[in-house]
Amino acid sequence: MRRRQFLKMSCVLGAGVALCGLGVDLVPIEAWADEIKKIDRLKTARQTMSVCCYCSVGCGLICATDEKTGKIINIEGDPEHPVSEGSLCAKGAGIFQTTEANEHRLTKVLYRAPNSDKWEEKNWDWAIDRIARLMKEERDKSFITKNAAGQVVNRVETLAHMGSSNLDNEECWSITAWARSLGLVYIDHQARV
Amino acid sequence: MTNHWIDIQHSDCILIQGSNAAENHPISFKWVMRAKERGAKLIHVDPRFTRTSSKADFYAPLRSGTDIAFLGGMIKYIIDNNKIFHDYVVNYTNAPFLVDGKFGFKDGLFSGYDADKRGYDKSTWTYQKDAGGIILRDETLKNPRCVYQLLKAHYARYDLKKVSSITGTPEKDLKTVYEMFSSTGTKDRAGTVMYALGQTHHTVGVQNIRALAIVQLLLGNIGVCGGGVNALRGEPNVQGSTDHALLYHYLPGYLSAPRASQQTLESYIKKITPATTEAKSVNWQSNYGKYAVSLLKSWYGDAATKDNEFGYAWVPKAEDGKDYSVMTLFDVMYAGKIRGMTVFGQNPACSIPNSNKVRAAFAKLDWMVHLNIFDNETASFWKGPGMDPAKVKTEVFLLPASASVEKAGSQTNSGRWIQWRYEATKAPGDCIYAGEAIIRIQNKLKELYQKEGGTFPDPILNMTSDGLAEKGGYDAEKVAKLINGYFLADVEIGGKQYKKGDCVPSFALLQADGSTSSGNWICAGSFAQDGKNLMQRRGKADPTGLGLYPEWSFAWPVNRRVLYNRASCDPSGKPYNPKRAVLEWKDGKWVGDVPDGAPPPLAAEGGKLPFIMKPDGVSSLFGPGLGDGPFPEHYEPLESPLAKNLMSTQQNNPAILLYNSDKDMVASADARFPIVMTTYSSTEHWCTGAFTRWQTWLTEAMPQAYVEMSEELAKEKGIKNGDKVRVESARGKLECVAMVTPRFRPFLVNGKTLHQVGMPYNYGWRFPEGNGDSANLLTPTVGDANAMTPEYKAFMVNVVKV
Repeated sequence: MRRRQFLKMSCVLGAGVALCGLGVDLVPIEAWADEIKKIDRLKTARQTMSVCCYCSVGCGLICATDEKTGKIINIEGDPEHPVSEGSLCAKGAGIFQTTEANEHRLTKVLYRAPNSDKWEEKNWDWAIDRIARLMKEERDKSFITKNAAGQVVNRVETLAHMGSSNLDNEECWSITAWARSLGLVYIDHQARV
Repeated sequence: MTNHWIDIQHSDCILIQGSNAAENHPISFKWVMRAKERGAKLIHVDPRFTRTSSKADFYAPLRSGTDIAFLGGMIKYIIDNNKIFHDYVVNYTNAPFLVDGKFGFKDGLFSGYDADKRGYDKSTWTYQKDAGGIILRDETLKNPRCVYQLLKAHYARYDLKKVSSITGTPEKDLKTVYEMFSSTGTKDRAGTVMYALGQTHHTVGVQNIRALAIVQLLLGNIGVCGGGVNALRGEPNVQGSTDHALLYHYLPGYLSAPRASQQTLESYIKKITPATTEAKSVNWQSNYGKYAVSLLKSWYGDAATKDNEFGYAWVPKAEDGKDYSVMTLFDVMYAGKIRGMTVFGQNPACSIPNSNKVRAAFAKLDWMVHLNIFDNETASFWKGPGMDPAKVKTEVFLLPASASVEKAGSQTNSGRWIQWRYEATKAPGDCIYAGEAIIRIQNKLKELYQKEGGTFPDPILNMTSDGLAEKGGYDAEKVAKLINGYFLADVEIGGKQYKKGDCVPSFALLQADGSTSSGNWICAGSFAQDGKNLMQRRGKADPTGLGLYPEWSFAWPVNRRVLYNRASCDPSGKPYNPKRAVLEWKDGKWVGDVPDGAPPPLAAEGGKLPFIMKPDGVSSLFGPGLGDGPFPEHYEPLESPLAKNLMSTQQNNPAILLYNSDKDMVASADARFPIVMTTYSSTEHWCTGAFTRWQTWLTEAMPQAYVEMSEELAKEKGIKNGDKVRVESARGKLECVAMVTPRFRPFLVNGKTLHQVGMPYNYGWRFPEGNGDSANLLTPTVGDANAMTPEYKAFMVNVVKV
């Protein structure tokens, strides 16, 4: 059945609650009721188009963002997409678990000090300051203006960058530009492997 | 891909070799099944019988690392049985070209090999020319020095018996596959090849693909609907990240990276713009100078002027002939010579070969900056198995990033469709876009160099701010426009007016004089002149009825959906197959897909050859551009079950780079490691599992590391399905669960029984704990001679019950 028809069915919610008085185990019904509430929220959710973050087929996604909480409550395939036609494989179908809904998502800047056995939380300003300082120090120390043959090479061989084919084009391009501006030659990522 | 996903439905015969599309590109299989519904036949060639094989009309097993033997046999079959698409081969390939008399091949080596340098002097890999420099040719294809005859001679050794002995594929299976696929050499039948990392992950990876390309050219399957050589790329935006050059050896848009010997912009442009004497060749690469200058303008803006060679000196120059790719990067790091590393959205501790070496290398860094959405074995390397954090001095920064649905930007699929996606919600906590993180680092560096000075600050200070948001942060759409390109001055070209600030609607309009900028010429046209973002398009119009969907997103280049499409028509411009015409020359113009080169068909007035990206306008059966030979030749993987290559006395690819750190042990034809091993992925997991192992919906289905082995091998070893086993190579070992299955069968290679096993590389020690570590603990640090793609798919192990 089409998604819109399924959403209309959510109107029949009320009946389930009356059953508790008859000794019916409510847990599965409550779970079902939660699902129906979710369907209600889907009806008013803001829909955003995206593209799956896994293989290179590039299947279309529809993300539903709850109008009250501002959080993603559902991600499913886009039936309009000419390649995927609404289908998703197991990974794409599970993209909801890459969002805030997954308790394992990194949400703080973490820092591991030399010889330490744990992470500490830091803020962005501190991290960016320290990272830029480390990069500048190493670049200034090891920059190669001319090679052994006397040719101008303007490169750094003690810094390396990897990644990522998991990032948007605009992010990739920005990283390439940054890496070259520093003089890096050790640049690589998933395309090689 | 030369073609695109939907096009697969039009194929009459699909060869999937080096891919398990049903499991690793599942939705692509929708289009394979549509083809089957229309009567197409599916062939699957793979060491293991997978879900892809289960849908095939014919499955042929082959030992990992022997694709060239297999395909060489197919080339021989096609030539011997006269299956070539003659018209196409004569007109659109270099088959008729006469090769230099001094070129030769003997016992595994081509002419010009230097054993000390482990490389070739390619000066004999060239064509005979007349006094005017025009290449000599024989259109009858009979001259013994013509490419076609040399091709025939080269593969004469690849008879069924020899091929079967090397690959382990029964002779009758070889014959069946060759017969089925070569049936697409006619005008009305198209064959497509779908391949993935099963072809690239070898020391002969690039030549594997060359062999596929030669087959497809002989059969006339390139440029046609339902044909092509189609790479199923392995990451969501690896096409885009490749296009934008997150690799050392070229700049955005596949412009070779400048080397130390190119001290001037002029010498660099000369190097990257080939010349040709072929009057009918478009030789599009001759335009590369315009793209190089436009790229420099996109990086340095007004600071790039004619007087300073557009900032050419600010671009780092790699050393001539030196490799800086990932395995070398880690080799140098392991030797203690890299001080700091940024790793964004990648997990090398599990994805790069020889994990023990990689993880030990990390411990030698002074600092590492990792950016991701979850923790992984790379960011936490310092507390991994065998590590004592008290002894590891590396400072590690773990930066929290926005996930894919938490940001806007574009992503390029394998069919070259650049699709825009939108931000569904803000990322949680302190997460920021990866793009924002790099901009903040860049801005801070700029600030430090402005305040304090330092070594050669020019390239950092002069980097453009045009891509930044008004308040100085990351703005995806602004960067996307910068990539597309702008006119930097009012100009008239071809009778049309363009204003300063207009988006460049096609790379054909880019200039070498500094009047245009473009961060990547292949993306020019992703914005219309008026600034409309064409990547956001969702048009479902399909005028040809072939599923090109020209109004859905934007395909590079210039929205062309099938590459080399002018080769789908005969020299007069008439489609070879009118029933599936992707292009047609009608009333003095091309109708259908965007033509691959605007000029008329070959036989018309002003007509040009269809392979516009090749200097001589035709495709290459003889390919002198590669470092290990102009024809693919079978060599054994670095670690092989055979002490002797059955094809020649040259055991391995003679041009591969070898590493010799104390962690680079190799064991070939070694009784301690008698089993061939390969690695692969699974539907539920993504690459090293760095995202997917944190997701219960996925780990529920595929919780832990396992090794698949045949029932015969299991019996030999006393192993039952589900037993705990240890898999060991010369470099490392790991414990996992044994999956005993008929999906692997023993091979008969060189008259002896040979076993092969396989593991997914989806696991790592970090999470879920105790579910197994990476299969890359076992793989060798060695890769393809041209591309340095690691040989993950053929090496030697032993398996013992624990």
